[in-house]
Amino acid sequence: MLARLGIFVASLLAASLVIFVITQALPGDVAAAILGFGATPEQLAAKRAELGTDRPFLIQYADWIGGVLHGDFGRSWYSDIPVATLIAPRLEVTSSLVLLGLALALVIALPLGAVAALERRQWQGFTTSALAQFGMAIPAFWAGILLVFVFAVTLRWFPANGYSPLARGLGPWASHLVLPVVALGAVQGAVLIRYVRSAFLEVLGEDYYRTARSIGWTRWRALARHGVRNAALSLVTVLGLQLATVIVGAIVIERVFVLPGLGSLLLDMVGRHDLIVVRGVVLLLVFVVLLINAAVDISYALIDPRLRTSGRA
Amino acid sequence: MTKWAGTSRPQRKVRRMAVAALAAVSMALTACTGGGTPTPSVTGATVDPTAKSLVIGATAEPATLDPTATDGAAGTQALLYNVYETLVKLDAEGHPKPLLAQAWNASPDGLTYTFKLNPAATFSDGTKVTAQAVADNIARIQNENVAPKLKTTMALVSSAAVVDDATIDITLTKPSVRWLYEMAGAAGIVMNPAGFAAAGRQTAGSGPLTLDVWLPGDSIALKKNTAYWGTPVRFDAVTFRYFKDPGAMTASMETGQLDIISNLQAPETVEQFADTSRFNVIQGSTDGEVTLAINNGGEHSNVDDPDPEKRVPRNPGNPALADVRVRKAITMAIDRQALLDTVWSGKGQLIGSMVVPTDPFYEDLTGVNPYNPDEARRLLAEAGHPKLTLRLRPAALPYASKAAQFVASQLAAVGITATVDELGFQQPWISTVMGQADYDLSIIAHVEPHDIFTFANPNYYWRYNNPDVTALAASADAGSQEQYVAELKQAARIVAEDAAAVWLFALPNLVVAKQGITGIPQNANSSLSFDVTTIARA
Repeated sequence: MLARLGIFVASLLAASLVIFVITQALPGDVAAAILGFGATPEQLAAKRAELGTDRPFLIQYADWIGGVLHGDFGRSWYSDIPVATLIAPRLEVTSSLVLLGLALALVIALPLGAVAALERRQWQGFTTSALAQFGMAIPAFWAGILLVFVFAVTLRWFPANGYSPLARGLGPWASHLVLPVVALGAVQGAVLIRYVRSAFLEVLGEDYYRTARSIGWTRWRALARHGVRNAALSLVTVLGLQLATVIVGAIVIERVFVLPGLGSLLLDMVGRHDLIVVRGVVLLLVFVVLLINAAVDISYALIDPRLRTSGRA
Repeated sequence: MTKWAGTSRPQRKVRRMAVAALAAVSMALTACTGGGTPTPSVTGATVDPTAKSLVIGATAEPATLDPTATDGAAGTQALLYNVYETLVKLDAEGHPKPLLAQAWNASPDGLTYTFKLNPAATFSDGTKVTAQAVADNIARIQNENVAPKLKTTMALVSSAAVVDDATIDITLTKPSVRWLYEMAGAAGIVMNPAGFAAAGRQTAGSGPLTLDVWLPGDSIALKKNTAYWGTPVRFDAVTFRYFKDPGAMTASMETGQLDIISNLQAPETVEQFADTSRFNVIQGSTDGEVTLAINNGGEHSNVDDPDPEKRVPRNPGNPALADVRVRKAITMAIDRQALLDTVWSGKGQLIGSMVVPTDPFYEDLTGVNPYNPDEARRLLAEAGHPKLTLRLRPAALPYASKAAQFVASQLAAVGITATVDELGFQQPWISTVMGQADYDLSIIAHVEPHDIFTFANPNYYWRYNNPDVTALAASADAGSQEQYVAELKQAARIVAEDAAAVWLFALPNLVVAKQGITGIPQNANSSLSFDVTTIARA
């Protein structure tokens, strides 16, 4: 457990260095961008000194990471707002979108994946697989634009875009999230169907499944009793990987639906060269992805007892 | 063969704990702002939703709330006149009228302006707007590291003498008509000196609205300043929502989420608002000129500066553009009416120089260097450049990208190959094109009032160095109001005849409002502000 924690911290530190190097290498000078036309070299130098971007690379990195370790992510170069204050209200937006989107994807993929596996030689199976292929080919932003046109502009069932925080009521919150969650979740669900299908197909070839069937269980009961847990191992791995994809997908969806989430913040700040904010957001995303990977590792041991003993060795 | 292991009781417990832990993580992620702490940072959460509110869709989102910190119109659009007030304000005809200053007069030598402040004027925290506050604001622009444009304006001020609480004498180093106009913009903002330190993230103005919540990138929510010293606004809450995608803004307007689109960025969508029972489309003018900038090849005055820190690299533009025949050929190669129809759905007005029709010194110059591709080819051959390759580096903004494609195809027809290289507007366009003049051609809208003056500055990125224009501009600025108009008119003509740039069209002010909303100014004469002080809902 201690070793795992060590790896976690080391990965995070390595990631922070990579983030810093890459953002540092981006072309452009934020001092020139802030001051605009006509800045004299003295003014530019004074601005760089004020922001601290004139210091040697390693000093800047040490200063940043030192602050991060104390929970201080710095302040926006433009507005002087603490990075943590910029990020905080957006966590609710992005996590609502990602978690609900993933939940919807699972709700779609589990039953349909099972159908695609069990009925793989019937029309139901073919149809499901074809639908999954079709769904995967739809870009999420396009699905978003289409949903807005049909359900917001034409039918007026939901707002076209924007966000209403949970604190202002469940109703407005939910109505603002329906379309983005569907756009994100449906496409992800289509991707997941194929993984669920192949995980179940593997189970169908196993001896325990044949045994369960031979004692008179129906296909569905055998699959539900033995299949789900065995398939879960590979599904959890896929889910861990997919969650990172969902977060990336959420960035696109946030743009289409004008949601004030982490993705929108990231794109805005990259465009503006407010690198201190960019670093904070990317580091947070890396942290979440690492946390998910750790959770996946831990869940292996919970799902499959055999891995528990090998883990200790 | 796989061996199945049943679930024993302790394992179940471990699993339950793990599930609880995962749930806790996700709760922590979702609940960060829901937990009772007053961080109402998402879209105006502190204003009672039943209050009279106005929601405005806009595109140019400010990076900081301090309108003096950075260049460009984004910083002032939501705040100028709504939250921050200036000494004077321009009326619909573009003439200065009182705001914080009740009255003013210039000394006979034109060097000293005496401003009488409105004694009723207070900042939102209740303190009086005093002559000392005005002096403090001038000193701040002079001494702090603010936008260079404002520093240039305030560099003219040699002294700001407080006569009494409500009177200030501002003495200039040379007479300037233009300086008074500048006092209606960002340079003339009188900020509460108590708010200087936190100006980037909080406002400290004297206007009818104050900041409620700012969610950078998404929205600025303003609320009524109940202690306002002048005529109050007719809304309890005014929210500016920012859209990167014009389609999303249009959809929001159609679904009724927005009351106003402050300036339609996709004019081809104007037909969607044709239903006059629901919408009202207002078409007026702005100060914006969409300009095909040409690097005229004049040397920057700092090229030979002995101090290497101040030395600017030699002009990296194509030397062929220093030849007026080549520039004229570029102008004549472009069918500007067709361009306006293609790029901006024919909305807007053709102009022939850096002057918009609402400027007092406007003159129709669209006939100078008219569309004539044959003549363009002849001029290029005469100049020795029958074939020419130029870098066209537009800012990555919707109108500029569209215009760039159009311009490139028309230039190709006269033998000029324009390689289009779009640059992100804030970065790196501002530093590369505007800062270092590292371009041959570029496209951007210039929205500053009276920006004909930029052609009098040889250091501006046009790199246009014509002593006649510089002298005319200086003399116009130093003279009477009549002289100002007459001499700027002359300067505009010279610049047009020199083909110092191609003025593609004047940006229209296209506002879409819900039916029943009145008082929206037709012309955005100072494009710097979306002024809500006159707006009402029936």
